[in-house]
Amino acid sequence: MADGANPESSAQGSGETRREFLYLTAGAMTVVGAAGAIWPMIDSMNPSADVLALSSTEVDLSPIEEGQSVTITWRGKPVFIRRRGAEEIAIAEETPLADLPDPQTDDDRVEKPEWLILVGVCTHLGCVPLGQKTGESRGDYGGWFCPCHGSHYDTSGRIRKGPAPKNLEVPPYVFLTDNSIKIG
Amino acid sequence: MSFKTNNKVVQWVEDRLPLISMGHHTLYEYPMPKNLNYLWNFGSLAGFALVTMIVTGIILAMQYTPHVDMAFNSVERIMRDVNNGWLIRYIHMNMASFFFIAVYIHIMRGLYYGSYKAPRELLWQLGVVIFLLMMATAFMGYVLPWGQMSFWGATVITNLFSAIPVVGESIVTWLWGGFSVDNPTLNRFFALHYLLPFIIVAVVVLHIVALHTVTSNNPLGIDMKGPQDSLTFQPYYTIKDLFGLGVFLILFAGFLFWAPNYMGHPDNYIPANPLSTPAHIVPEWYFLPFYAILRAVPDKLGGVLAMFGAIAVLFVLPWLDRSKIRSCKFRPVARVFFWIFLLNGLFLGYLGGKPAEGWYVVASQIATAYYFFHFLILLPVILPMIERPRELPSSIHEAVLKS
Repeated sequence: MADGANPESSAQGSGETRREFLYLTAGAMTVVGAAGAIWPMIDSMNPSADVLALSSTEVDLSPIEEGQSVTITWRGKPVFIRRRGAEEIAIAEETPLADLPDPQTDDDRVEKPEWLILVGVCTHLGCVPLGQKTGESRGDYGGWFCPCHGSHYDTSGRIRKGPAPKNLEVPPYVFLTDNSIKIG
Repeated sequence: MSFKTNNKVVQWVEDRLPLISMGHHTLYEYPMPKNLNYLWNFGSLAGFALVTMIVTGIILAMQYTPHVDMAFNSVERIMRDVNNGWLIRYIHMNMASFFFIAVYIHIMRGLYYGSYKAPRELLWQLGVVIFLLMMATAFMGYVLPWGQMSFWGATVITNLFSAIPVVGESIVTWLWGGFSVDNPTLNRFFALHYLLPFIIVAVVVLHIVALHTVTSNNPLGIDMKGPQDSLTFQPYYTIKDLFGLGVFLILFAGFLFWAPNYMGHPDNYIPANPLSTPAHIVPEWYFLPFYAILRAVPDKLGGVLAMFGAIAVLFVLPWLDRSKIRSCKFRPVARVFFWIFLLNGLFLGYLGGKPAEGWYVVASQIATAYYFFHFLILLPVILPMIERPRELPSSIHEAVLKS
């Protein structure tokens, strides 16, 4: 601080007067206060309690045959459940990690190799990839194909070709019994 | 010719709130260059479109329900049951397109005649802000009918923000108010679609204040030097603007009554289905060039940056174009490249409407590269080296008399 005899002149231009100190701290408190007042309004646009409450779904797997796929809804998004055949599992497990843009072993993506469970939303811009129904294109790698911007996924839902940066997301799920799961 | 009155009431108001004299100055005695061509009509046409959108939009909002279970049907009810609802909605739909037509011509006019150059940089940048706000408003408006294109357009565009590193996913969840595009998204888009047009009005006011500070550019791109170079706004340009409006409305009525869905997409008459993406998603025509740029880059973040960069580059255009000559009339090389740029932009629009496969991808990459080449290399580096501008006339008055 400036000396007591002549605080105004001695500290001039140095930015260290009492007045400037008060000005800066008051300004900083105003910013903190404004941010504190704005945050509840911004946060009100985040998912609300009732939206969060819908965030788990139970699925009975028993009617699904080998090679068959079903689509269910979880948090408003499609979830793909595919009961893979031995050949599909083998292809997914034998793919070298070096071939993958987003390297991940098949083992890391499934609880039981037979059941592949994925969020059916392309990681590029959110379209629903094709490949669930018979007759739909499954892309060059036998998994899924996104028609919007041309991303190809393999039999483990991993991105192989196209603009999508990541593998199809695996939702959190647990096996409740051998034939039913809880997603979320 | 400043404002004078003998009316005591008008004078009483005038002494307290100079509204009438402001209006008089702006719409009556305001000096305009006397050599303007019809390309200078599109500013007022855009203003007319904005007012039309706000008026029809408010009426539509009285009948529309922003809820995922009711939105689609409430729009169909407007079309079938509400008195003249079909007319008001078709005006709103088609005027959105005509608003963009007017604004695109307005922008190209500015590019050709160098209307962005000193001292009009802020005027130009305010225009770019209006353009961005228009795009946001149009996008959110297209979501409201809750058809298939509404839903999947909203999904794809909001997912653009997920390309932002680290916080992208949280931002998208925040935009949605959930884990996918759903009712909270529709509600907030409706609120913002109602709000943004009024923000556009505010920026338009600033745009006009800036315009009246620096005055209009003109086809010669030289300044007005005195009263011999100008005409008063009333009656010369009021009548010219009104005549142009008549022509504009004839074309508009053609679309409105004979082809009201020509510029739309039939998939949007299918109710939104979150489990099925249409085979071919396309945005409205006015977004197609930017959509082509987005898809041209094979990397997610790169594509998003290129798309926003395509508009950001307009912000700095006044400093990229280093020529002191405004009008392309006197720039023999820039003029040729202007037309190439325009054709390239139309070509990008064509490509944006095609699926992202085969030669379309390569063509979009070349056209995108050319778009940025024009602004970042041609204007600041190449043209100053090779172009020799022609001689400017000494005044507008002299040039007008000669022709």
